[in-house]
Amino acid sequence: MDHLDGLEAQSIYIFREAFARLKKLALLWSLGKDSNVMIWLARKAFFGRVPFPALHVDTGKKFAEMYAFRDRYGREWELDLKIEPCPPLETIDPTLPPAARSAARKTEGLKLALAKYGFDGLIAGIRRDEEATRAKERVFSPRGTEGGWDVRDQPPEFWDQFNASPPPGAHLRIHPILHWTEADIWAYTRRENIPIIPLYLAKDGKRYRSLGDQDITSPVASTASTIEEILIELDGTRVPERAGRALDHETEDAFERLRVAGYL
Amino acid sequence: MNMIVPTATPATPNGTTRPQVRIVIVGHVDHGKSTLVGRLLHETGSLPEGKLDMLKAVSARRGMPFEWSFLLDALQTERDQGITIDTTQISFRTRSRDVVLIDAPGHAEFLRNMITGASQADGAVLIIDALEGVRDQTRRHGYLLHLLGVKQVAVVVNKMDRVDFSAERFRQIGDEISAHLTGLGLTPSAVIPVSARDGDGVAERTPRIAWFDGPTVVEALDALEPARPLETLALRLPVQAIYKFDDRRIVAGRIESGSLAAGDEIVIMPAGKIARIRTVESWPVTPMQESQGAGRSVGITLDRELFVERGDVIAHVGSTPRDTRRIRARIFWLHDKPLAEGASILVRLGTRETRATVVAIEKAVDPGELAGVETRAIARNHVGEIDIALAQPIAADPYSDNPRTGRLVIEVNGRIAGGGLILSVATGKRSIPVDIVPVESAMSAGECLARYRHKGAVLWLTGLPGSGKSTLARAIQRRLFDNGGSPILLDGDTLRAGLNGDLGFSAKDRSENIRRLAEVATHLARNGHIAIVAAVSPSAEDRSAARRIAGAAFREIYVATPADVCERRDPKGHYAKARAGALPGFTGIGKDYEPPVASELTIDTSSRSVTSAADELEDMLVKTEILLDLSE
Repeated sequence: MDHLDGLEAQSIYIFREAFARLKKLALLWSLGKDSNVMIWLARKAFFGRVPFPALHVDTGKKFAEMYAFRDRYGREWELDLKIEPCPPLETIDPTLPPAARSAARKTEGLKLALAKYGFDGLIAGIRRDEEATRAKERVFSPRGTEGGWDVRDQPPEFWDQFNASPPPGAHLRIHPILHWTEADIWAYTRRENIPIIPLYLAKDGKRYRSLGDQDITSPVASTASTIEEILIELDGTRVPERAGRALDHETEDAFERLRVAGYL
Repeated sequence: MNMIVPTATPATPNGTTRPQVRIVIVGHVDHGKSTLVGRLLHETGSLPEGKLDMLKAVSARRGMPFEWSFLLDALQTERDQGITIDTTQISFRTRSRDVVLIDAPGHAEFLRNMITGASQADGAVLIIDALEGVRDQTRRHGYLLHLLGVKQVAVVVNKMDRVDFSAERFRQIGDEISAHLTGLGLTPSAVIPVSARDGDGVAERTPRIAWFDGPTVVEALDALEPARPLETLALRLPVQAIYKFDDRRIVAGRIESGSLAAGDEIVIMPAGKIARIRTVESWPVTPMQESQGAGRSVGITLDRELFVERGDVIAHVGSTPRDTRRIRARIFWLHDKPLAEGASILVRLGTRETRATVVAIEKAVDPGELAGVETRAIARNHVGEIDIALAQPIAADPYSDNPRTGRLVIEVNGRIAGGGLILSVATGKRSIPVDIVPVESAMSAGECLARYRHKGAVLWLTGLPGSGKSTLARAIQRRLFDNGGSPILLDGDTLRAGLNGDLGFSAKDRSENIRRLAEVATHLARNGHIAIVAAVSPSAEDRSAARRIAGAAFREIYVATPADVCERRDPKGHYAKARAGALPGFTGIGKDYEPPVASELTIDTSSRSVTSAADELEDMLVKTEILLDLSE
């Protein structure tokens, strides 16, 4: 069993625990490389099918390539796809810096979807190596009734025994790929031949390392036009993955504040 | 505000895999855990571009001196207070391997977070302030490492600059902590003098510690071994779920130890039922021929229909876990309310959960104190040994036999409140399932079908007392018999007089009553008969257990006669007695009947004849392919 096999087996275990212990699950599909790996792992866990809805909380501002990808693979992978719009920007706290305000819109869209469907578990593709507050996450992470994350009172979690009893009205976030790294995602995508959005591959000396809304995501300088080249690039780089994500850099604690309020 | 160290790439581009080890840094608050981690990242060239300058700028803006720990203490509150609240993880590379560092809080208030972090580690670095020496949290963390099963520990004596790099002070602390750890069965792999702030002893042996000839911290980390999957131990596959997405009935779970392959003869514990693995299922390619080892998440199909459920443990014949209702464990406790004798708790062991009662508590102490005073209850952040009685039998191993299946966690109000290692499976007997060899029927299913004109089935009639279950059951029995079939009536009340005569009406006894009815009925169905069960069976959970036991042969008929009609009929005089208070626990006048939501058929007998009800039931049996359709 090699490194990728180990990661895969652990993720499958988490998926099956979530499915056994929660009543109404949804998988958050952002169309990015991580959530595509996540769908692939769900299909491995459940022998070809994803037995819960794939929820796309749509800001309406994604790249055209992302929408094309969603429409094609939503069908090919036989997903129970639920597309939920975000509320207009005007309704969001105007004191937030621009990118954070844009991200907060997504949090609100998520809350609306939660209220609409009554999910008690949301499966999200965050990873510990992406960002410092995510590094402190639990695999099964309780949210308050308002969707908030109480970082000061996270329950203990050990030996793959998960806290899976959200209080009434609250939900759990489940993080099946929390233990993966960016390089793991690419190595696995290559090994399993998982389709990707071409924006990740370099064109004219630039590529997207992380995909978000068009207006707050920018490409990084890169010549990596294949996954092999991406892996070689990652091996040498000291630039963080989310460097192209404006919202991470507006203020020192912008990301933490967003996450406490319920952002992914 | 990113904190990414993308240099850690366990899956390297050329496809080779470097060993990955996970190491937790523990120790008393302020002894320098986060500082050591920050320094290690810097010394190994693992910091993201611009990170150091940015943190320096932030510190200057806030009027605080720069601290290495700012790198890891990502949360705003942590930076404000200068302590680590929750555990975090970060990776870097040494010469020979990828290291995932788990930084755990040292503050006693956040012990649950230290445990969350340390439980994931292959090895640990225990850090001690040279000036302060061994403190309560140093001892507590040492003890918890032992309870968490972390066996490799390197000790780092930090802040040597504060004691003028005194070799004497270093030796003193080293002796004290080595004695403590050895007492717990943990031998430190190294004891290293360092100044994490200045860098001495971290990656380099500087002149100030020239008197020391042991390894640097980086060298010591290089010597810690990655966890090995437990393939050499006996097979343990705790069942996570049974999936029937298509015509396969897949038993899914993760192999905790040992290995399995198609064709293996296995035992399902704690029931002790035997089967053979027919296939090992997978996706996108299936089935898998090669043997699957510890750590793999698998799905298997069996060569016969057996009742398997989440929480069961699959093992090989001859090396099964113990089947027990009594366990002794050494635990740590994290809940505000102390754990006391007589407490009712929820225990999770593998994928099994069961209620349990604490029968006895011994050796309850604060592991931080040198001379612990024993208490009757186990207080928050303390440890102790407990003897627990389980509400249902489970399959368990002592920790010394199997580190994966020999541990449990305790839940209070839906939140994990403690955990520990199984010391012994006290009154458990080694089950001897090898003696049980299922005998197949001498007649094939085809022969039975040809004679009876029906398949074997379980007709399960549920409904309030007086709803007409027995009447309808007798009517359909007569009809099937007249048509040459082989119907057998299993009336709940009748069986309570014999087979189930030892059972009362508690929820537990009712479940057992239903389980036995379902097992007998399923046995009859397998032999080609139609078993007609007429039983109130008020609990939806019990009925779904019956459906799981019978599998595809199960047909549920909800006799949905309104409650007032049932009470007026009162064929056995039960309602009258219950109204008089003479039948506590009687289903009918209370509200404890849970109507089925997905029965194969619902019949209200208040407004129709017995004959027309039997017609409809017969129709359903034709449509669902139990009865051969004679009109074709």
